[in-house]
Amino acid sequence: MTNNKDIKALLSIAASALLGSGVATTSTVQAKEVDEWQFDGAFLLYSEVDRVTASEVILAGSRTFENDEVLNLKLTVDVLTGASANGAVAQPNAQTFTRPSGNGQYVTPAGETPLDDTFHDTRVQLNGQWTQPLAGNITGSIGGHFSKEYDYLSLGINGNLAYDFNKKNSTISMGLSYFQDTFTPEGGIPKPFSSMLVGDSSSHEWDSEFAKTRIGSSENKGTTDILIGFSQVINRRMITAFNYSYSMVDGYLTDPFKIVSVLNAEDLAQDYIYENRPDSRVKQSSFMQAKYHFDDHLFNTVVDVSYRYMWDDWDINSHTIDSRFNIPFGRASYLEPHIRYYQQSAADFFQPFIIEKQTPVSYVSADYRIGEMTAVTIGAKYGLVLNGGNELSFRLEYYRQMPTNAGLTEPETLNGLDIYPVVEAVIAQVSYSF
Amino acid sequence: MEVNKFTFKQLDQPKQPSMAKIKLVLLITVITNLGACSSLGVEPWERDLLAKKSMALTSSPVDSALDDHIYFSKEASSGGKNFGGGGCGCN
Repeated sequence: MTNNKDIKALLSIAASALLGSGVATTSTVQAKEVDEWQFDGAFLLYSEVDRVTASEVILAGSRTFENDEVLNLKLTVDVLTGASANGAVAQPNAQTFTRPSGNGQYVTPAGETPLDDTFHDTRVQLNGQWTQPLAGNITGSIGGHFSKEYDYLSLGINGNLAYDFNKKNSTISMGLSYFQDTFTPEGGIPKPFSSMLVGDSSSHEWDSEFAKTRIGSSENKGTTDILIGFSQVINRRMITAFNYSYSMVDGYLTDPFKIVSVLNAEDLAQDYIYENRPDSRVKQSSFMQAKYHFDDHLFNTVVDVSYRYMWDDWDINSHTIDSRFNIPFGRASYLEPHIRYYQQSAADFFQPFIIEKQTPVSYVSADYRIGEMTAVTIGAKYGLVLNGGNELSFRLEYYRQMPTNAGLTEPETLNGLDIYPVVEAVIAQVSYSF
Repeated sequence: MEVNKFTFKQLDQPKQPSMAKIKLVLLITVITNLGACSSLGVEPWERDLLAKKSMALTSSPVDSALDDHIYFSKEASSGGKNFGGGGCGCN
């Protein structure tokens, strides 16, 4: 416990110093500040079978001031390694691809889904949010976001206003956010529809030939989100929330690492071209949530059920149902099973491959993440309240993505090959609140 | 006879509600529902269960942030509950 308090004291002083509010000048003030910071720390491991592994650490601090102003600060660091599907389709023979950087090649064995195993990235993210009561029953909030990876920079701001009425049983809120992202991939931005250069990367002509498939070194995109929300307390045991959101993304929405296989009359890959997505996307979603606190007969379980319907102008629509059941055990621990179901339709320009003789298209992507898919998450969290009110929790979940055929006729040559491979992942997390 | 026939035809035609009327009905429904909200809710001293951490709309913001990052990276949808935003060049 002493160590615990020491860590909390150190973090509190560090947070105060960062804010420029100064390390406390007297021991009395210092003690008061230490008491006011609350921290949440978490370590998460996300590991896909044969693909990406991500480790993520979050440290979030929250401090409430005299007049109910709340400051939230959050630091996130994650490391990504492993392999990611490059978009090309499995073939009856081995396939050779050039790495996105242009430095070297990799070979995918016959019958396997092509994966680029060069992904390695570290991301640091900082978030700050200031919330305070304004006039009457109105609460205002502003925040900032900074995120940096080796090849990616994201800056964001947001603002939110909430109005409480009906004895604070009803709340209407409206929020705005804007993100500006800059992508600087190693190897540059590929020219849409240009053929991936495959060959001897140590030859003299390689660099100049590779450069012909590039159109620049970086690209940007801007995201504007509007979120309108309404929450309502129904009775002593139930609360509900309804949201509508409108999101506009403009700029470079193509994934520079993704390619599309071009198949010949025998359905064999003759070429791989870089994908091309529209430079704008408008997404809308409606979200509803209900939480209900059962009584002793059902172990005081809290049920949390939500549903989201999302639709966009790429012709993708999705349904998400998320449910958690918080079951307390005595006063000091709880178990929280979690089930999530997700289903999406394909973007209108999604194609798992292109047939050589087909009519040219304006946009194409074989990225399964914008194809038709069903995904399920199942798992549980176990939480333990320790002496002094600190909470330790463990979460273990299984995530399964099941891409499906959106109605395309599969060529005979590809029969028996896994064109829509299942992706499985384990999510393991340890959290500590102090 | 002709007059009677005309009257008969007019009665037989189904009335098409105009867009304005549909909007009015929708507006009245929404206002009525909002009005009904005033009878919903609790008194301040009845908030014992609602005040519990497990009853907060987002009971664990850290779990929520981690989940948002995973699903943003792996699926075509994001946001809804919070801002969907940009933020990473996820693979």
